[in-house]
Amino acid sequence: MHDNIAIPAAAASFVANPFAPSEFERRKARRAIRNKWIMFAFCALLVVPLLAILAYIFIKAAPVLSLHYLWDNPVNKGKGGGLWAPLVGTFYLVIGSLIFVAPIGILAAIYLNEYAREGWLNRTISIAVTSLAGVPSIVHGLFGLGAFVLVMIPAINHLFADPDSKWQAGLLTASLTIAVMNLPVIITSAREALGGVPQSFREACWNLGASRWQTIRTIVLPNSLSGILTGVILVVSRAAGETAPILFTGATFFKFVADSGWDKLFPYNPGEPFMAMSMHLNIISNQISQMPEVMKYGSAAVLIALILFVNSFAITLRVWLRSRKRW
Amino acid sequence: MTTPVSSAKKKFRLLDLLESPIEWTIRICGWSSIIAIFAIFFFTFKEAAPMVPQLDWVHFFTSPRWIPNPAGDNPPSFGALALLVGTFTTTFISLAIAVPVGLGAAVYISEFAQGKVKETLKVVIELLAAIPSIVWGFIGLMVLGPIIQWIFSATAGSTWGRIMVTLHLAGAETGAAQGTNLLTGGIILALMSVPVIVSLSEDALRAVPDSFREAALALGANPWETVTRVLFPAARNGLLAACMLGMGRAVGETMAVLLATGHNNRIPTVLTDPVRTMTATIAAEMGETVQGSQHYRVLFILGIVLFVITCSINVASDLIVKGVKKANNAR
Repeated sequence: MHDNIAIPAAAASFVANPFAPSEFERRKARRAIRNKWIMFAFCALLVVPLLAILAYIFIKAAPVLSLHYLWDNPVNKGKGGGLWAPLVGTFYLVIGSLIFVAPIGILAAIYLNEYAREGWLNRTISIAVTSLAGVPSIVHGLFGLGAFVLVMIPAINHLFADPDSKWQAGLLTASLTIAVMNLPVIITSAREALGGVPQSFREACWNLGASRWQTIRTIVLPNSLSGILTGVILVVSRAAGETAPILFTGATFFKFVADSGWDKLFPYNPGEPFMAMSMHLNIISNQISQMPEVMKYGSAAVLIALILFVNSFAITLRVWLRSRKRW
Repeated sequence: MTTPVSSAKKKFRLLDLLESPIEWTIRICGWSSIIAIFAIFFFTFKEAAPMVPQLDWVHFFTSPRWIPNPAGDNPPSFGALALLVGTFTTTFISLAIAVPVGLGAAVYISEFAQGKVKETLKVVIELLAAIPSIVWGFIGLMVLGPIIQWIFSATAGSTWGRIMVTLHLAGAETGAAQGTNLLTGGIILALMSVPVIVSLSEDALRAVPDSFREAALALGANPWETVTRVLFPAARNGLLAACMLGMGRAVGETMAVLLATGHNNRIPTVLTDPVRTMTATIAAEMGETVQGSQHYRVLFILGIVLFVITCSINVASDLIVKGVKKANNAR
């Protein structure tokens, strides 16, 4: 049937294809492909060395990594033993800073997203959030020293006037410093989560006669809670890793922590210096002579694992949320 | 069961009764970032203030002699030039690496990568951003530093080594005297600011309307031409802002440069000289100063200088992005 309308195949060879790419166009196409691979190489340049370095650190740390390493206290300036005291210090530091920053940051995001109108105030706040995010961590440390350690702690001592147990720079001051530092992070992420709730949800609620606050409490917050939670988890990882802000505001290299009993779980008072993972890594990696290399790599590996664990938790949560989003 | 009236009564909650105080709390929290910025400036300035009139400012910005605790009865010398130079050279090197790599990676992720590759790359970039600065410092000190030192000392004495010495890439004698130096610090800072640059540039590229890409395609542009001739000009300000924020991060970084730059107070002459930055100086010396001493207050002045630099970078990049939004709305 089709044989009747056979196309003269030979004809094509006589007429040059008018749509064939010219040499110039072919060169351009080759260049485009080459540049695409160069950009892929840039991505690989970021990913591959990072993975290699992390793997190297974990391999170097492997001899000490065990549950005992996490559960034992450091002995002999961190040359032996484990990491319990700094780990638990970091835990309380994170909790302490979250207590301050989570409510204030989320409420600030609610204000910016639900209450503030376009205008100079809103714009000033946005600029303040951006600038706050860009303040160097060491300047946050100076601020914590100037405001919390030198002003707030003397005020507390003055008010409570207990000469036996004077408050010092410690968990409280460090948590507050870290909280100020993480304020812009949590405001930005919570604002994004709130902004993800469709405007029609709010309008529907207003039309039912709900006030602004009722709408926020019953519609906006429940629908954005999980997004806000993701931001909070990211703050956890940032708070756990920061060193510069806590250098002068309460972190110390050595503080006695009991080896057993309740004191092991609750070793630090808010008004006493405490140990933290980041501070521990800072000191043992370059300030103690004859520190065994494996201990340095060990604490670096534990800190990295902690941060990556918290972050991958946040990422998984976000992916899961996006997959079950209903609008 | 329950009548509508009683259910309406049940819905009456304490939280709704407190609407007005809650709204005021929210409002005050909304202003918290402004309060925080002013508090940071106030309390840092308060500690620095007594020294501000006493300090020889010309000396501060022009002399590299930073001798806060001199031996004997000599007066201390607070010349921060070498620290400023250290901060800006490390920042410059990090940007020289991070801007091309970051922009390239952002273009690849936003325009070329698809599906699983794209998701994986985004996650890895995010994890890159999450690694704490002290860990970066540790990597610079323990892993990258020895590699750099090995590379440079291997070439010392050879023709290639002599070329590098002439180009001020390596020191005359040993190549790199120590592993922690300007180059190591720059590479580490680049790795730290790349995630910032990538994620913000990707946002800027994604904000370019698809109609631009379709128009370029219709005119016969290949993907690379679309990127360089259409997307880059259209997203210019966003990309610039991304690079500026990356720079802000590099200027303000503390722990990584403290460990990875060698901490040597002098003006670098070659790429492998150890340097010292303003942030690292504050971190290293604040613990040893006497509270209220001149040295202590000068460190706070350094902090204010840093604060002013990074704030201007951030506000400028914010204004650039805002300008873009306005221009887009007008279009």
